[in-house]
Amino acid sequence: MSDLIQDLYREGEPIADTKCPDGPIENRWTEAKFENKLVNPSNRRKLSVIIVGTGLAGGAAAATLGEAGYHVKSFCYQDSPRRAHSIAAQGGINAAKNYNDDGDSTYRLFYDTVKGGDYRSRETNVYRLAEVSTAIIDQCVAQGVPFAREYGGLLDNRSFGGVQVARTFYARGQTGQQLLIGAYQAMERQVTAGTVEAFTRHEMLEVIVVDGRARGIIARDMVTGEIETHLADAVVLASGGYGNVYFLSTNAMGCNVTATWRAHRKGAYFGNPCYTQIHPTCIPVSGEHQAKLTLMSESLRNDGRIWVPKNRDDCDKDPRDIPEEDRDYYLERIYPAFGNLVPRDIASRQAKAMCDDGRGVGPKVGDFRRGVYLDFADAMERLSRDQVAAKYGNLFDMYQRITGESPYEVPMRIYPAVHYTMGGLWVDYDLETTIPGLFAAGEANFSDHGANRLGASSLMQCLADGYFVLPNTIRDYLAAGPFEKVDEQHEAVVEARAEVTGRIEKLLSINGERTVDSFHRELGHIMWEYCGMERSEEGLNKAIELIRSLRAEFWRNVRVLGSADTLNQSLEKAGRVVDFLELGELMCIDALHRRESCGGHFRAESQTEDGEALRDDDKFAYVAAWEFGADRTGDDVALTPTLHKEDLVYNFIELKQRSYK
Amino acid sequence: MNLTLKIWRQSGPDDRGDFATYDVRDISDDMSFLEMLDVLNEDLIGKGQEPVAFDSDCREGICGTCGLMISGQAHGPEVTTTCQLHMRSFSDGETITVEPWRASSFPVLRDLVVDRSAFDRIIQSGGYISVNTGAAPEAHSVPVPKANADRAFDTATCIGCGACVAACPNASGMLFMGAKIAHLGELPQGQPERDSRVVSMVNQHDAEGFGGCTNIGECAAACPKEIPLDVINQLNKDFRKAKKGAH
Repeated sequence: MSDLIQDLYREGEPIADTKCPDGPIENRWTEAKFENKLVNPSNRRKLSVIIVGTGLAGGAAAATLGEAGYHVKSFCYQDSPRRAHSIAAQGGINAAKNYNDDGDSTYRLFYDTVKGGDYRSRETNVYRLAEVSTAIIDQCVAQGVPFAREYGGLLDNRSFGGVQVARTFYARGQTGQQLLIGAYQAMERQVTAGTVEAFTRHEMLEVIVVDGRARGIIARDMVTGEIETHLADAVVLASGGYGNVYFLSTNAMGCNVTATWRAHRKGAYFGNPCYTQIHPTCIPVSGEHQAKLTLMSESLRNDGRIWVPKNRDDCDKDPRDIPEEDRDYYLERIYPAFGNLVPRDIASRQAKAMCDDGRGVGPKVGDFRRGVYLDFADAMERLSRDQVAAKYGNLFDMYQRITGESPYEVPMRIYPAVHYTMGGLWVDYDLETTIPGLFAAGEANFSDHGANRLGASSLMQCLADGYFVLPNTIRDYLAAGPFEKVDEQHEAVVEARAEVTGRIEKLLSINGERTVDSFHRELGHIMWEYCGMERSEEGLNKAIELIRSLRAEFWRNVRVLGSADTLNQSLEKAGRVVDFLELGELMCIDALHRRESCGGHFRAESQTEDGEALRDDDKFAYVAAWEFGADRTGDDVALTPTLHKEDLVYNFIELKQRSYK
Repeated sequence: MNLTLKIWRQSGPDDRGDFATYDVRDISDDMSFLEMLDVLNEDLIGKGQEPVAFDSDCREGICGTCGLMISGQAHGPEVTTTCQLHMRSFSDGETITVEPWRASSFPVLRDLVVDRSAFDRIIQSGGYISVNTGAAPEAHSVPVPKANADRAFDTATCIGCGACVAACPNASGMLFMGAKIAHLGELPQGQPERDSRVVSMVNQHDAEGFGGCTNIGECAAACPKEIPLDVINQLNKDFRKAKKGAH
């Protein structure tokens, strides 16, 4: 073990084995499925699997493992499995069906995904994702998912996220909702069949590790407050991403990192925590009261023109009174070839640059105006108001409902917001974490998207993991079971319970001056300012200091009212913020150590002369898998994680630097 | 604007519950209704009083978690979810009454939070198409006429919020159930189980204590996703045919 590097982290052994098969890439998944052991159908009911989360990954896995005959226990914090945040995905789901004969193929989807991830994902995993994509569409159609169709009755596709083939299947702007309801219904069918037990309004607060294997979880019944022990042969975390570390994001209010962070603290490595995706077309913050941000489909950029005033004095004027020559259509100016259609990260970063330059528009929040115009006046002249309404009517209505302004009359205002986290628990090819028997699926794992996710690929990955990958890899682990029964009095169980009850008691006993939300909001400001669209050595070091002192203050001064044995939403939030306060520090350490720009991670020190992201493949073509570590001095705790590198080797795709000029 | 809120407070399922009155000040037009409640809660915690419990999650109108009776209307005065209702729909000095969904099939858990698991049990009873993972035929092997596909989509947009039940004088869940019957019944994939599905779901709906449809139409008027009332016609028709074994 090395000494502390930059006083922050240590470097440990590289990752020894990713369990990726060798050979031609198109044969690897077939080979893995053959090599993975089988479980006799009559033995499956004796094997139990806990699945945390009921979104596309968790819901699909619960349904599929239930159908196979395993005993599944499914957990979600929501009041119904159908409410998981997968439901909010708008755009669509990619699949290499090549129904349009426009040159699409498994290989092209694989290529686009690796390139889109800025060459920071694992080739073998991404190929498998592309390979199973087509079966997802078949499955969903058979379940009754009402995808958009053409007049001949066949499925319609659209081109999405800057790719040149039409491979995106969609259900108007509600694709996530329809896919999730399909998975939910399949899972509820298994509840009736008796293979799946659904625990709603339950929050996982600790993982139980016995003799080095994950054997269960501690969960809190959020209605009665009861702390429950659930034991099983394997545990799957499909608990989503951690975008809410920024307080304001497009995530649901309840999205949290607790399940994965608690697993991380127990030994599961966390992969690439600093890789976050910021979406350029969200509705700006309107005031300090704001609880979340709302995304609008980036298809708006196809016809809308983005601008800010050339002069700072014009920022508070009615935009319609600002003459053409006083407007700066900055994306069209800087990137004449791509204009308003540059990738998400560039559009986001330039919007921030304009606002930092004092040329943002909309209401002041604090001292700043954080917004840029997205103007449809030209589009309405070129097309017609009706044609614009046919394309974007539902988005315009949503915008008007939230802001009270009509985009037909006044330019829209947009600003970037945190949308998706590519990082997550490190997993091998089997989706198994570094704790044997603990698996991670969907946004909760780090795999497949590298440093940046392409549009319509999140739904694809979640359903690939849940329906097709995990059920075929977890059987290799379960074939060795059922494992020796764990007693509820086992030391590891008692300890995990004590950690949970101790934490709850502590939170309720501090009785300080500040609300949980005020801490969460402050953490969000720190993360957004220093670990958001642009990161620098100086800023990240400052953020780490600020987070440490905020965390110390939290444990001295938070006020959580009420009791442990009732429905207590302040207590729920407090427990989540505890984990965000640690995760935020790890994200900053990861961002600090990665002195290159790649995908969603932009380091100010690593850019081309034109201000473009500059990768450093010689030094950083690896996955950063962090092992938990903390040093305690008195009441203060500092994370001191250990870095394990997984080298990324590209045998099939050549590494290239992107350019959008 | 300044407002007076009369909010239902109930410490637990067994508590009788009562209204409490709060004043909130300097509420901006741009706040959502739930952000206004967030502001109230921050204020209450500051005063050492327990905040008002209410459900919400996505806050963009799609997850179906939120749902309040606002001055007697499910999700308030606009056709949308509570989370997408904004304060510009109210006026300065107004008194707003805030209650949980009122239906015996949706028992109150705390304050404004209710238990809607009856909806999950209705889906469990048959609200699905039985197809195991991996057993699906090629997606293009079964074309679906666009008109059917569009109607299936329109009815599949139900978010399961329960506003239909809360708005109905007879606390009926038939708009919710009819939406699912229509969604799956429009599709060729949904035909094999069409009869058994409707019979099982109706039985479960009745066992949960939901009332029958009394043709008032409040459900469709309150529905934030504008599920049309005629899904109940389809539900009744399918049920009658199923009883005769006609499909």
